[in-house]
Amino acid sequence: MRYYDKLIFELSKTGRIGHNLPKDEFENVALPKDLLRDEPAKLPEVTELDVVRHYTNVSLKNFGVESGFYPLGSCTMKYNPKINDELATLPGFAHTHPLQPNHVSQGFLQVYYELATYLSKITGMDAYSLNTYAGAQGELAGLMIIKKYHHDRGDFKRNKIIVPDSAHGTNPASATVAGFDVVEVKSNLDGTINVEALKEALDDTVAGLMLTNPNTVGMFEKDILEVSDLIHQYGGLLYYDGANLNALLGIARPGDMGFDITHLNLHKTFSTPHGGGGPGSGPVGVKDFLKDYLPGPVVYKTGDTYQFETPKATIGALSSFYGNASVYLRAYVYIRTLGEENLHKIGPLATLNANYIKERLKHLFKLPIKTHAMHEFVFDGLIDQSTGVKTLDIAKRLLDYGIHAPTIYFPLTFSQSLMIEPTEVESLETLDHFIETMEVIANDAIKKPEFIKTAPHHTVVRRLDEAKAARKPIVKFKDLNEL
Amino acid sequence: MHKYLPHTKEDIRHMLDTIGIKHIDDLTNYIPKSLRHHKPYGIPNQLSDVELSKVLYQLSNKNKPLTIFRGFGAYDVYTPSIVKSLTSRQEFLTSYTPYQPEVSQGTLQYIFEFQSMICEITGMDITNASMYDGPTATAEAMFMALAETGKKKVLLSETMNPRTIDIIQTYGKYRDVEFIIVPETNGLTDFNHLGSLLDDAAALIVQTPNKYGHIEKLNGISDIVHAKDALFIVNQNPHSLALLKTPHSLGVDIATGDLQSLGMPLSYGGAYAGYLATTKKLIRKMPGRICGVTNDVDGKRAFVLTLQAREQHIKRAKANSNICSNQSLMALSVAIYLSSLGKQGFIDIAQMSLNRAHYLKESLLKLPGFTDPFKQHHLNEFTLHFNQDTKALDNYLIENGFLGPVDLGNGLLTFAVTEKRSKAEIDALVKVVGAFK
Repeated sequence: MRYYDKLIFELSKTGRIGHNLPKDEFENVALPKDLLRDEPAKLPEVTELDVVRHYTNVSLKNFGVESGFYPLGSCTMKYNPKINDELATLPGFAHTHPLQPNHVSQGFLQVYYELATYLSKITGMDAYSLNTYAGAQGELAGLMIIKKYHHDRGDFKRNKIIVPDSAHGTNPASATVAGFDVVEVKSNLDGTINVEALKEALDDTVAGLMLTNPNTVGMFEKDILEVSDLIHQYGGLLYYDGANLNALLGIARPGDMGFDITHLNLHKTFSTPHGGGGPGSGPVGVKDFLKDYLPGPVVYKTGDTYQFETPKATIGALSSFYGNASVYLRAYVYIRTLGEENLHKIGPLATLNANYIKERLKHLFKLPIKTHAMHEFVFDGLIDQSTGVKTLDIAKRLLDYGIHAPTIYFPLTFSQSLMIEPTEVESLETLDHFIETMEVIANDAIKKPEFIKTAPHHTVVRRLDEAKAARKPIVKFKDLNEL
Repeated sequence: MHKYLPHTKEDIRHMLDTIGIKHIDDLTNYIPKSLRHHKPYGIPNQLSDVELSKVLYQLSNKNKPLTIFRGFGAYDVYTPSIVKSLTSRQEFLTSYTPYQPEVSQGTLQYIFEFQSMICEITGMDITNASMYDGPTATAEAMFMALAETGKKKVLLSETMNPRTIDIIQTYGKYRDVEFIIVPETNGLTDFNHLGSLLDDAAALIVQTPNKYGHIEKLNGISDIVHAKDALFIVNQNPHSLALLKTPHSLGVDIATGDLQSLGMPLSYGGAYAGYLATTKKLIRKMPGRICGVTNDVDGKRAFVLTLQAREQHIKRAKANSNICSNQSLMALSVAIYLSSLGKQGFIDIAQMSLNRAHYLKESLLKLPGFTDPFKQHHLNEFTLHFNQDTKALDNYLIENGFLGPVDLGNGLLTFAVTEKRSKAEIDALVKVVGAFK
């Protein structure tokens, strides 16, 4: 990585261009002046090489999965295969207009149909809609399905969604956006749902319960069948947040646990690139009795022909066209590259990797939950905190070694959470290197604590003044000039 | 073994020994037996790269290549080679949300540059890089208006793209929003009774250029909206902002739109992104992630996510939006595209598309059966009336290698022309339409 401190605007020189346009052999059409803007937008004036060199230098200030180990808990940072990118951008895919009629876009429809079928089989659900753009939007769709399902039965009193207090913040936020009241119930120490607390929250106003399994601490909900029976007994539906599905591949299926609705994060379990935060993809799956509620359109197959249709009781439209088609293509290629025989290995190997790290480092880091974890686990900071070195400091010091930090201060259950998710793609040698680095940091935390507390030392920038950014927000180039 | 799975038998043995268990299943044997899934999923076995490439080539060839004169939210614009090559750099492509800013300065910087460009073209104060697409960005703007005004009624112009109306209504109906449709006259929103419609309204939402391609007449509208303490939300294709008055100069409170027309491949509708830009006054009601400038302990300029107290991971059930992702990679592609076009190229492309659209329109109007029922100003998209079987025309054009206009019903056909269409292609389309019987 290398520090580079120029904005593209700062390279601008009047008159330069970075693009050769076709010759205009048409009559120039002038619009009335009262429709036109007063002055041109001040976009940078740079050559093509300026743009290429600039963004190459900008990229060198970033750490990616190909730079090194990226054990960011809850984010499943696995390798994003190159072949997925190549095949998803073939001309026959890249240049197809979304409003091209079905009979001349059968390639896309077949991929949609088959991918929805694979996802159904992998998760034990009956139907998927591929219209949602991200996990959060998948949640929103799922919650709208819950609401419409109850309303269509004439049951209007169910205004309550239950989430465990260990849930990711998106769950309660989505429930609010879908117009529900949110009830947070206490979790056990290991983040699993507290059945007694759940029972107290249950009544005839419950619309549904949202769960992540394994949960945000990496623990499987052992009582899931009891929980599922309880929620159904009270007339509610059970919602599966697919954030941690990677752990379950080859081990168990949400559909068998009593979940009625799921959303999946294809950028996690199915290896599509995280892209610095997006585009993601959050397909929503349901059991048979809910399939008419899915957001449309959904692909149906008749003979050898694929056709888009909108399910008859649909919750409504959620995307301009059909979600992120280019992301679906990548996930499709990934599933077919692994195939039946290898998909089953993913959950067990991801689990093995996590538990191996946990076992090797638990003599230095506080392990609040002693039982076997699934694909990720949480340390609650250093065992020896006598020198005041915190989780934040450990995370920052890891960056100096070319290792991305784990997720820190989440889950909120522990004050010094350090959540580690290696994924199945990492080799024993990579895990050993990480373990050895963590051992060095733990030792240095005692021997030279000030040095660790002021890490990172070798990154392109060091610790940032975040308070200053919020105090006087500078959010565009123009603001910088006005300083 | 598989190329994505590095574990040898010896590795697994060593790891199990370290953990102190015999078998890998011992790690999960506390999961109830009835839930453990050992059966095959019933999906195909793995394919080699060679085999899979053939499968995907065949599938891609089942999408017929056509010369495109259709828009309606997705435009056949040229994607410069550098967009694909730079956005494919692993440092951009494979990283996640910039939680560790010291190793994410690349992502944070291009988001800042993207924000700067969107604010330049809209004239607005602040924006984010978090919107999925144009319609959902507009729905998020509606949520901002509900939160800001405390009211539950929203006015939607009838001239918006019907899919956009559907999406906004889907987002709104589960929160009991009351929608009023503002009718159209002669292909433009009819603002005659706007004042009374705005009683108790949180917002007026208008699209320009609208579904017909017509440029809405928005001068003076913001005064009427603001007089009723409502917000003015305008959904606008950013391509048009090269030429048209900025939302800021029209008094718009929240400007939204879809970014696809800024150099993104059609790719059957995604991945695209949306934009949402607003005024300083509404900053704290904004969804999504915002990037700001600060410095590090050594005084070096640096970029960081800021104003996070608005967001779902802090506010949980009190959040005004559940937006969690950033459409970062698409923001990067926009920043590269707009940099490569530059100040003049951005204008030139809009003007070229307008000139081409005008040429096509005039050529079609010389054919029997075509009339212009509206005679409104437009840019790259326009609507004509055709007095013959429009469905048969659509099929005929496809047989001849063209993706023709969108059929709005009642004989109305909406054509779109981008800078990619040459005079020869436009003349060829006109010739085929002229031969249609």
